[in-house]
Amino acid sequence: MTLEVTITKRLPDFTLDVSLATDNKPLAILGPSGAGKSMLFRCIAGLERPDAGRIVLNDRILFDSRQRIQLPARERRVGMLFQHYALFPHRTVAENILFGLSQRGREEQLKRLAAAIESTHIAGLEHRYPRELSGGEQQRAALARALAIEPEALLLDEPLSALDTHLRSQMEAQLQEVFAGYERPSLLVTHNIEEAYRLGKHLLVLVRGRVAAFGDKEEVFRRPPSLEVARITGCKNFSHARALSPNVVEAVDWGCQLQVAGAIPEALAYVGIRAHHIDFTEASSSAASENNVFPCWLVRSSETPFRITLFLSIHHPPNGLGDYQLQVEVFKEKWQRFRDRPLPWHVRLSPESLLPLAE
Amino acid sequence: MLPVAALTLIADPIDWSPLWISLATSVTATLVTLVLGVAAAAWRERRGGAGVAVVDGIFLLPLVLPPTVVGFFLLLLFGRQGPLGKVLLRLGTSLVFSWPATVIAAAVISFPLMYLTSLAAIEQVDRHYLQAARTLGASEWRVFREVTLPLAWPGVLAGAILSFARALGEFGATLMIAGNIPGRTATIPIAIYFAVEADDIQRAMVWCAVDVAISLMLLGSLYYWTHAQVPGRARWGRR
Repeated sequence: MTLEVTITKRLPDFTLDVSLATDNKPLAILGPSGAGKSMLFRCIAGLERPDAGRIVLNDRILFDSRQRIQLPARERRVGMLFQHYALFPHRTVAENILFGLSQRGREEQLKRLAAAIESTHIAGLEHRYPRELSGGEQQRAALARALAIEPEALLLDEPLSALDTHLRSQMEAQLQEVFAGYERPSLLVTHNIEEAYRLGKHLLVLVRGRVAAFGDKEEVFRRPPSLEVARITGCKNFSHARALSPNVVEAVDWGCQLQVAGAIPEALAYVGIRAHHIDFTEASSSAASENNVFPCWLVRSSETPFRITLFLSIHHPPNGLGDYQLQVEVFKEKWQRFRDRPLPWHVRLSPESLLPLAE
Repeated sequence: MLPVAALTLIADPIDWSPLWISLATSVTATLVTLVLGVAAAAWRERRGGAGVAVVDGIFLLPLVLPPTVVGFFLLLLFGRQGPLGKVLLRLGTSLVFSWPATVIAAAVISFPLMYLTSLAAIEQVDRHYLQAARTLGASEWRVFREVTLPLAWPGVLAGAILSFARALGEFGATLMIAGNIPGRTATIPIAIYFAVEADDIQRAMVWCAVDVAISLMLLGSLYYWTHAQVPGRARWGRR
């Protein structure tokens, strides 16, 4: 079971130019809004026509510009879950699910209806209209409708973005259940980093229509190839950089030299570090002479219920609230332990956590 | 109380045929425009580009032209020398100054209202519903019949009511192509005109009262369909 997509399509602001191949494991597509994610889905589903390229699903050619093949959406057997679900408002949940089963015999229809209702846990809602359902229930119903036709590939367009936080985690579990039982290509579009990481096995980062990174999700998060991928995967700290030796870079904006682990890319332009990868070390007289350890001053902080983000100025006390170089994220318990210590504190940018980045 | 009073004042038994002719003409014309208007709107909604503006112009012409001009064109088309008139003559029939002519006049004049209103209603249907239907394997015809049309229905029905009202009031084109033949082509507006011309004010008043009553009923049903029936109040579900 594979889905191979190589397409280009001119859009008003940029050109969508994507090449990807995926198997039975869910692929998360991450990117800022307006990166072309939804357009990519519409091309795969047959709702939009790419300018050129080829889309092949399990040896079935869905689109091929050279051979002039363009299968209409109704023949593609690609299930799609729309961002706002698109449940037909004039049909009940059961009628919505049955819409895709009109070609089957009565017995088969009822069997599939029952299976779809069972697998999405919406028993009891069959005779309700979409308006009478909560957001989570609507999503389950839309998922049931998409799964009932036994699609050969499943496309989920921002499936969780319309739900509140509590429902989100519930629906995430539901999606994980679906993915586990659904051994076919499934693609999921999101702009939420954590969602992409939790639900996807592979990760594709899309920026202005281009594939900026594509691979195993852990690898993409561990070694983002470029500044934009690091930024989209949640990295907050960047400095212009140039290589000094095979394992030392100069971080220009941070005014220091840094030891890095691993290879420095030829096109090195930046060095970055994730906010939760920065350590505080015990302030001792020897600390300053250690590699990658710098004195720092607290500029300001920003709290969430369990974590705190500290904005730090390194090397010298800050000149005003905007004068910070690093953002550090720590759990509050840890913060309680050192908040009353005298400044300067000392941060350690461990070589393993530093991300050498291309432009 | 004026209409009732007027009714009792009339000495002769009144000839009710204009009412039945008007209703039969308007109902038939509305059914024709309903089918043609919705079909044209559905076709138009899928097309873009420069050609569409020309088509739109032709479709909307009867709305802006004086009805007498439309009637004159219809006369040219269906008259003995007209292209369609010749064909009909060969088949041994003629439409001019017959009841079908009242239907043609009313349908042509009310078509733009039907077309415009159903086009607006169809364009308002969220295209995600149509896309979802396509991914679920529905043909374009099924998408239209089972998704677009039910969702656009309140607007289409409002268009039908407007068309019916316009057809009921049609005078100029009808007079040009159907004339005033009592019992066959004399509709209410034509009956009013000739009653006034014959100085039969009471009869004119009766027909005016009938027209006012029908129009009020139409406006009432239009209000019901556009206000009480739109989503927001109970429609497709209890919430």
